[in-house]
Amino acid sequence: MADPLRGLGVGPGLAAGIVLPMGAPPELPPPRPVTDPGRELDAALAALESVRADLAGRAAAAPGKAARDVLEAQAAIAADPMLETDLGVRTQRGEDAAHALHGTFDEYRRVLLDAGDHLAERAADLADIADRAVAAALGRPMPGVPAPGHPFILAAGDLSPADTATLDPSTVLALVTERGGPTSHTAILARALGLPAVVGCAGLLDAVAPGALGTVDGTTGEVRIGVGADEADAFRGRAAALRARPGRGPAGPGRTADGHPVDLMLNIGSAADLDGVDLTGVAGVGLFRTELLFLERREEPGLDQQVRAYREVFDAVGERVVVVRTLDAGADKPLPFLGLPEEPNPALGVRGFRTVRLRPEVLETQLEAIVLAAEGTAARVAVMAPMISTPGEAADFAGRAARHGLPGAGVMVEVPAAALSAAALLRVAGFLSIGTNDLGQYALAADRQGGDLPDLLDPWQPALLRLIAMCTRAGLAAGKSVGVCGEAAGDPLLAPVLAGLGVGRLSMSARSMPPVRDALARHDLAGCERLAGRALAAASAEEARTAAAAGATVREG
Amino acid sequence: MSERIVTVGSAQGLHARTAKIFAEAAAGRPVRVTVACGAKGPVPAASLLGLLTLGAVHGAEVTLRADGEGADAVLDELSALLARDLDAEDAGAGDAGTAGDAGRG
Repeated sequence: MADPLRGLGVGPGLAAGIVLPMGAPPELPPPRPVTDPGRELDAALAALESVRADLAGRAAAAPGKAARDVLEAQAAIAADPMLETDLGVRTQRGEDAAHALHGTFDEYRRVLLDAGDHLAERAADLADIADRAVAAALGRPMPGVPAPGHPFILAAGDLSPADTATLDPSTVLALVTERGGPTSHTAILARALGLPAVVGCAGLLDAVAPGALGTVDGTTGEVRIGVGADEADAFRGRAAALRARPGRGPAGPGRTADGHPVDLMLNIGSAADLDGVDLTGVAGVGLFRTELLFLERREEPGLDQQVRAYREVFDAVGERVVVVRTLDAGADKPLPFLGLPEEPNPALGVRGFRTVRLRPEVLETQLEAIVLAAEGTAARVAVMAPMISTPGEAADFAGRAARHGLPGAGVMVEVPAAALSAAALLRVAGFLSIGTNDLGQYALAADRQGGDLPDLLDPWQPALLRLIAMCTRAGLAAGKSVGVCGEAAGDPLLAPVLAGLGVGRLSMSARSMPPVRDALARHDLAGCERLAGRALAAASAEEARTAAAAGATVREG
Repeated sequence: MSERIVTVGSAQGLHARTAKIFAEAAAGRPVRVTVACGAKGPVPAASLLGLLTLGAVHGAEVTLRADGEGADAVLDELSALLARDLDAEDAGAGDAGTAGDAGRG
C-alpha cells in the first residue's frame, strides 16, 4: 500500500470508502480561425449567461445560507461587467469564444493568485466558473461531482463552492482536495455539511486509481489511498466508535461552521488542572481561580508562595492567555485570615471584590504576586475581579491593577446590576466575564447552596440569557471581549446560543471542551444567532432549551 | 472629471465581501465610476472582479473618479461607504437581528 498522504484536516471526523475524482474540466481544443468576432462574442456571452443562470438556480435551491451566499457570489462574477469588455477585446483579436473565455478568466485568476492569501483562494472560484463557461461554449457536459449511486470519498484538485454547495452529504463520505487552505470554500462548506475534510493534500490526484479504497482522517489530515477492504472496515469501526463518544472530538480552535472564532478556554484552580490536558486549539485559561491557595489557611499565603503557584500556571500555558481571578472569598467562603465577621446572608455580604473595603492589602499583595510571576514567562496575563456591582468598583479595581502594571483589567458579571451597567463597566474595564452561576442565583433570587429550586437556577432561564445579551451588546459596541466562564459555557447545546448572542470566549473544564467545540462547528454564525433569538424569546427555560434543540438538530442529520 | 482619494476602512481590505457590497452600491448609478489603487486600475467600481484585482488592503489609498451630472454626489456617497469598516458593521447587524428577535418575544 502507498505511503499515507498528509494534508490539513479542516472537517473533523473519519471516513473510509471508494475514492472518486471530480468530473474533469473540458479540454480546450485547438483554436478555431475566427471570421466573425461579433458572433464569437455573442457565443461567449451566451455561455456566461447559461452558467450564471445555472449558478443562480442552484443558489435558490441551496439548503443552507452558506451555500446560497457563495453560489450567489459566483453568479454575480459570471455577470461581471468587466468580462464583456475583456471578451470583446479578445474576440476582436481573433480568439474563438472558448479561448476568449478561458483567457479572460485565466488573467483574473493570475492576478488573484499573485495577490496571495485570501484572494488566492478566490482564484479557485474563477477557475471553476471558467471551466463551466468553456464547457457551455463547447457544448460539453458540465464538469463536477460524480454520481455513482453509492457512497464515496470525493477527491479533487480544489473544490469550488458550486461543487461543494450542491453535494449530497448522504452520498459523499468525505472531501479531500490537493490544493486549498483552511479558509477555502471547501473547508467552510465541509464544516457546514458536517463532512470530514482534508485540504492541501499534495499528491492526491496521482494516487487516486479507479475503484481504490481510501481512508480520511479529518482531524489529523492523514489520507490513505489504496487500502485493503479489511483496513477500510476497521477504519469504519473507529469512525462509528468516535461518533458514539461525543466527548472525544478532535482538537482545534473553537469556531462556528463558517469560521467565526469563539475562544475555547479552561477553568482551573491550579497548575495541576492542566496536567495531561491537550492544549491544541485552546485559547488559554479563561478562569484561574486563586482561592485554592488561600483556603484552609490561618495566615495569608506569602508573596513568594503566591508567585510560585501563579508561575506554575503561566509556565504551563506557553504563549496563551491566562485570566487570573483575584481572590473570590469572604462571607460566602470564609477565610480565617481575612477576619471578617459572620453575616446572616453571606451571599449578599462582603464577598469577592468587596473584601477590599476591609482588607485592601490582600488584593494589593496578590496583584504584585501576579506581576512578578508573569515576568519572564510567555503567558499573556490578565486579571479580573469577582462580584463587581458598580462602575465605581470596576474603576477602583482597574486602577489598582494598572498601578501594578496590569492594564486592561476585566471584571466579572455575576450581579444583575453589573449586567445592567455593562456599557459603563466597559468604559473602565478591559473585558467582561460572565459568571452564570452567581448571575442566575441573583437574577432569580434562588440560593445556589440550597437544592430546592433547581429550575430557577437553570442556565436556560430566558431572564439570565437576556442579561447575557445586555453584556454582549455592550461588548460589541465597545469593541471589547465578553466571555462566559460559568457552568453554562460547558453546555454543548447552549454554546451555539451563547455564540449567537455575541459571546467571544467560553471558559470551561477540559472535559467539556470537545463536545462544545463540536457543537459550535455544527452551526454557522447566522444559525447561532437564530438559536439565540429563539432562546431569548422563550417564556421558560424549558421552552428555550426545546426551541434551541429543535433548531440545533436540523443540521445533524 | 471629479475625483476623491479615500482610505479603505474595512479591516479585511477591499476583499470578497466588502468588494461585493461596494460593487453593488456602485452598480446602477447614473454615472460611471472608476477605482484605481496605486498603479493598478482604473477599473469600473461596479466590477467585483476589477475591484479584487486592485488588491486594496486596509488603509490603502484608492482614487475614485467619475464624470458627468451628479458625479460629485455619487462619489461622496461611495467614498463614505469605502471609508467605513464594513466588516465590523456586519457583526453589528447580526447583533441587532438578535435583539430584534428578543423584542418580538
